[in-house]
Amino acid sequence: MSRRFIGIVYRKELRDLLRDRRTLVSMIVMPVIVVPLLMTGFGLASVKLGGKVRQEIPKVMVLGGEDSTNTVAALRALKSFAFVPPSPDFTNLISDKKINAALGIPTNFDAAVQAGEPAAVTIYTYEGEFKSTIAAQSLDQFFRSRRDHLVAERLAERHLPQKLLAPFDIRQANVASPKKVSGNMIGMILPYLVIVMCMTGAIYPSIDLTAGEKERGTMETLLCSPVARADLVLGKGLVVLTVSLATACLSLFSNGAALLMLKRLAGNAVKGNLLPLTLDPSSLLAVLVMMLPLAIFFSGAMLAVGLYSRSAKEANSYLQPMLICTVIPALAAALPGLDLNYGLALVPVLNVSLAGREIMSGLFHWNYIAVVFGSMCLYAALAVALAAALFKREYVLFRT
Amino acid sequence: MIEARQLTKIFRDKKRGEIRAVDNVSFRCLPGRIFGLLGGNGAGKTTCLRLLATILQPSSGAATVAGYEVVTQPEKVRASIGFLSTGTALYGRLTARELVEYFGRLHGLSEEVLRPRLDALFAALDMNEFRDGRCDKLSSGMKQKVSIARTLIHDPAVMIFDEPTHGLDVLAARAVARFIRDCRAQGKTVIFSTHVMSEMEKLCDTIAILHRGRIMAEGSLGQLRERFGCQDLEDIFVRVVEETP
Repeated sequence: MSRRFIGIVYRKELRDLLRDRRTLVSMIVMPVIVVPLLMTGFGLASVKLGGKVRQEIPKVMVLGGEDSTNTVAALRALKSFAFVPPSPDFTNLISDKKINAALGIPTNFDAAVQAGEPAAVTIYTYEGEFKSTIAAQSLDQFFRSRRDHLVAERLAERHLPQKLLAPFDIRQANVASPKKVSGNMIGMILPYLVIVMCMTGAIYPSIDLTAGEKERGTMETLLCSPVARADLVLGKGLVVLTVSLATACLSLFSNGAALLMLKRLAGNAVKGNLLPLTLDPSSLLAVLVMMLPLAIFFSGAMLAVGLYSRSAKEANSYLQPMLICTVIPALAAALPGLDLNYGLALVPVLNVSLAGREIMSGLFHWNYIAVVFGSMCLYAALAVALAAALFKREYVLFRT
Repeated sequence: MIEARQLTKIFRDKKRGEIRAVDNVSFRCLPGRIFGLLGGNGAGKTTCLRLLATILQPSSGAATVAGYEVVTQPEKVRASIGFLSTGTALYGRLTARELVEYFGRLHGLSEEVLRPRLDALFAALDMNEFRDGRCDKLSSGMKQKVSIARTLIHDPAVMIFDEPTHGLDVLAARAVARFIRDCRAQGKTVIFSTHVMSEMEKLCDTIAILHRGRIMAEGSLGQLRERFGCQDLEDIFVRVVEETP
C-alpha cells in the first residue's frame, strides 16, 4: 500500500468529481439549499396557517337547546363562535367542511343540570380535521369551565370547601437542563438526518467512480497504470467518504441554521413556548465521531455495489433499496421504548442511531458506545475489504 | 521484448459455457520491431493484448514483457508498457495536461521529471493548442493524441496498441501510424492489433493471423505471401480462416 499513490488517486478523483455538476447538486445544492429552504418554508407556513386558523371564528350549529336558554345565552355571549341555523343535514355539513362543528343539547338540559340529574351535551366533529378540532376544543373548554363553575357554586351553597373535590394538587417539575431537554428532542432527529445524509452523499460519487468509469471506458485506462489495485480502491473510497461526510456536515449546519431561523420567524408569528434549541457541542462532536465508521461502512459498501454493477443505472437500482434499508433503522431511534442494549449495539445503522440519541440527551453508556464503535469499525473494514477484493476480480471489472 | 508461451485465457459463460478466447498462443516480439496481430472480430486480439498488459490474468501459460512475468510481476509489467486500446478512454472532465500529468504521477514520475517530459511530448505531438482543453470537448483526433501522450509519458520500453486507429479519420489514422513507426525507430517493442489489412501491410515487420483464439500463421509479409501463394494480405487472411477446421 502506498500513501503517495492513494493521495494521487484521491486528489484526481476529487477534482474530477467536483467538476461534475451532478456532484455539486447532490452534495451542496440539495442538502445545503433546497432541503433547509423547504424545511423553513414548510415549517413557517404551517405555523402561520395554524395561527391564522386559531384566530378564525369557527362556524358552529346548535341542535336543540330551545328550553336551555341559560346555556345557549352563555355560549352566544362568548362571541367565539359563528352560529349557523340548525339543519338535520349537519353531519354532511361537517364532513363537507361547510361548518366546523355541531353541538347537540338535549331537551331539558338546563333543568336536568339544575336538578342534579344526569345530562350530557354532544359535540359533533370531523376527527383529524384541523379547524373542526379547534372548534370542538373551544366548545369542550366552554362546557368544562361551566361545569367547574357550577360545582364551585354548589360547594359554596353547602358550605363545603373547594378542596373537597381536589384534596391535593399535582405538579410536574422539569429537573433536566435546557441542554438535556433540547438534546433529547434533537437526538431523535439528528442521528437520522446525519445517517441519511451520509448515505445520500455517498451514492453519486460511489456510482460515478466505479460503474460510471466502466461506462465511460476509463476503468481500463486506469487499470493500465502500475498502481496496486488496493491503492486505487482506497483512493476512490476516500473520495466517497469525503463527499459523504461533507454532505452530512453541510446538511447538519444548514438544517441547524434553518431550524434556528424557523424558531425566530415562528416566534414572531405565534406566542408561546417553542422547541428549546440548546445543543451541547461535545455531544454533537461525539455523534459525529460515532458517524465516522458508519460513513466508512457506507463508502465501502456502496463502492462494492458500484463496482459490481455494469452501469450507473444498474448501480442506482441496487442503491435505492439500500437507502430504504438504511432509512428504516435510522428512523427506529425515534421509536419510544427502544433503548440501546448489547444486541442492538451490533446492528449496523440502528446501533449508531440509538447511540446518537443517547449521546445527544447526555447519556454516555461507555460500554454500549464501545460495542457500537467497535462493531461499526469491523463492518467498515469488511466493506472496504469487499470493495478491494471486487476490484481485483476480472469478472467484476469487465462485467459490462 | 515480449514473449508469450502457450498463453491461454478461458472465460466461463452461463449460456455459452467455456470460451477459449486465447488458446495456446506463443510468439515473440523483439525491440525495434512491430509485431501485428491480425484477426476478425472476436478472434481474441483484445484479450491477448489485455493479458500482456496484465489487465487480465491468463488461465494457463505465461508471458514475459520487458523482462517481467505477467503473472507474478504485473505491476512491474504495467510500469514498462504503454497500452492503448479502444477501451482506454479519457477522463472527460480533466484537461489534456491534467490527464497526462495524472498518469505520469501514477507511473511514479517526480514533478521535476514530469514537467519537461510533458512539455516535450506535447510539443512533439503538436498538442499545445489544446493542452488546457477538457478532454470531453476535444475531437477524436485530439483525444487520440492525448491517449498517445498518456501511453508515452513514462517512456515505456514496450508499446501495446489494440486497434489504435479505430474510429479515426484518414489524417488522424496516418498520424497514429507515424507515431507507431516512431516508436519502432526509438527501439521500442511494439505489438499492434487490427483487422485493417492495409495498416498491417504498411506497419508490421511480423504478422500473426489470429483466428478463434489461436495463431494460425505467423511471419513477415513476404514469408506469408510465399507460404500461401497470394500477394494480397486479405486473400492470405481469408485462406487462413477458410482452412481452419
